[in-house]
Amino acid sequence: MTSKLVGVFRGSTLLRSLAIVLVAGVVLIVVTDSVSSYRNLQIAYGAYYFCVLAGLTVLAGASGQISLGQGAFMAVGGYTFAKLNASPVGWSVFPSLSGAVAASILIGIPVGVAASRLRGPYLAGATLAFAVGLPALADKFPAFFGGENGLIVNPPIAPPWLGANFQLERWEAWVACAGALVVVFVLYNLTHSAVGRSWRAVRDGEIAASLSGLRVGRQQALAFTISASCAGLGGGLLAAVTQVASPGAFPLQLSLTLLAGVVIGGLGSLAGAVWGAALLVFLPNWTTDIAGSFSLSSNVSHNLPIAVYGLVLIVAMLVWPSGIQGGVRVIKRGAGSAIRSRRGRGSAEPATAASEATEPIADEEMNASHP
Amino acid sequence: METREPREPLTGAGGLSVLDVVVSFGGIRALEGVSVEVSPGEVLGVIGPNGAGKTTLFNVICGFVRPQSGTLSWGGKPLTGVHPARLASLGIARTLQGVGLFGGLTVLENVMVGAQRFRRARLPLAMLGLPWSDADERRLRDRALVALGRLGCEDVVDRLPGTLPYAVQKRVALARALACEPELLMLDEPAGGLDARELSELGDLIGSVGSSVAVMLVDHHMDFVVSVCDRLVVLDFGRVIADGDPSTVRQDPRVLEAYLGREAVQDDALRSGGAEDAHA
Repeated sequence: MTSKLVGVFRGSTLLRSLAIVLVAGVVLIVVTDSVSSYRNLQIAYGAYYFCVLAGLTVLAGASGQISLGQGAFMAVGGYTFAKLNASPVGWSVFPSLSGAVAASILIGIPVGVAASRLRGPYLAGATLAFAVGLPALADKFPAFFGGENGLIVNPPIAPPWLGANFQLERWEAWVACAGALVVVFVLYNLTHSAVGRSWRAVRDGEIAASLSGLRVGRQQALAFTISASCAGLGGGLLAAVTQVASPGAFPLQLSLTLLAGVVIGGLGSLAGAVWGAALLVFLPNWTTDIAGSFSLSSNVSHNLPIAVYGLVLIVAMLVWPSGIQGGVRVIKRGAGSAIRSRRGRGSAEPATAASEATEPIADEEMNASHP
Repeated sequence: METREPREPLTGAGGLSVLDVVVSFGGIRALEGVSVEVSPGEVLGVIGPNGAGKTTLFNVICGFVRPQSGTLSWGGKPLTGVHPARLASLGIARTLQGVGLFGGLTVLENVMVGAQRFRRARLPLAMLGLPWSDADERRLRDRALVALGRLGCEDVVDRLPGTLPYAVQKRVALARALACEPELLMLDEPAGGLDARELSELGDLIGSVGSSVAVMLVDHHMDFVVSVCDRLVVLDFGRVIADGDPSTVRQDPRVLEAYLGREAVQDDALRSGGAEDAHA
């Protein structure tokens, strides 16, 4: 009976993705209930970063495309959210977020079609230009986009059934985490379906994929658009949580740190995107603390986070070429084989763990540890 | 030197018909009025020295190269200008030189990609992880396992192609082509890198693909080609210089000349007329 249930569970993508969402949701409710409002705000930041990183990790890991323009899609989502949420339209949080996703899909499709014709450095350059150019539009139309100051967003109001004392930060964390869980649900399903397999096939061999009946450009544009929609949702959540959508919130540096976060977290794995999001939230704090404790000048301390990103990126690539999640897998395997060899009668071979660690890792999640 | 009369294209019946195809790259004419036909159940070998235009002919049929003139038809319908990604749905499968497998996908996933022409679930279903999408995946999986079983690759379904011996990788590549249940199977150098035993297995396999499938293969291994093919077409400098059953073609003086050069032919023809060692 139980084995039959396990079989049904294994065979159903929907049940597996729902289980992940459910467990993560319960954990997040418990955590947000027990931590301070400052921590809740950090969880909200992490959740919107996660949305963007998860989309980018699927784009770069599964479909093999690179984008330095995710910050621009965040801006699309952020400004759309601010416009829809503000007085003339006056939509509440969740409809405005849906609007943000829709807008980033609308912009993502033409950019994705163009991107599908570009490869490697040319693709990186084109998306970089997009990240530089788009936020500048806010200055061109100050009456509509609010210029340098951007648009002010009203704080999201928790529904009354949660009680009058429900903290704003906790509600913000819930909204952002809800968005992140939707992203997990959609991306998990996609990457465990024929769609994800098609992306990886196109990544590994365009001619072979096309001879198998896959439209290479269409698959790449689809992956790009889905990744753009995740970034749009992340941007919308950023606007909701920080209560502002301004050019300063989506600088070029954001796009670069997003890519760094994805690579450090572990390319192609949703768990890696969690690591990356945590890094993006905590690293600036740590470096600011460190800079503060050394009483450095503001010039140095302001630029320190960027330098530390670079340093962490270099160290991570040297120690764990497949990112933190890749390192976690190696440790898990090492621990697994250590336990097995201890249980076994024969003397444990010390080389086993090391040799397994150096083997190319077939990512159990979406097989994205692509050399 | 014009030896062949232009053929009438096949009408009604299945099969591939290539008629008077001309392809030039810049000033170089890769194919000069090539006409080839393959019928269901037939194994056609396309041979010729390096640069004769064999791969170009394959690329024209697959839509990677557009001919300047000439027509292609498949099952009585025009095939000229058809996008390569539509071939699988038309029942045309092709293996690539080498192996051409997806390195980051397991053997099973590789072959499932080959079977994807039978996919029915669309994006929204996959996005929501609905049972229809899962059922579709199971069907593809079953098809892939059948194709892998046919080639004796059941034991390696979860491995990555790069961890397998070359000959096994070639079998997986063939399984991927067979998984789309083609009516025309195009094999680009299937014998490359295989030893004698593997060659005879491959020969048996090609013989067993079925009476409804047309097979078209390009290879340099003359013994293999002669033993496997029902008919040979010989290309040289973008022209068809011979077309007929293998034993006749290999004795053809023009073929020997193209392969071995004029003087060598005069020496060699005295012996058994063997072009066996003529690896182009």
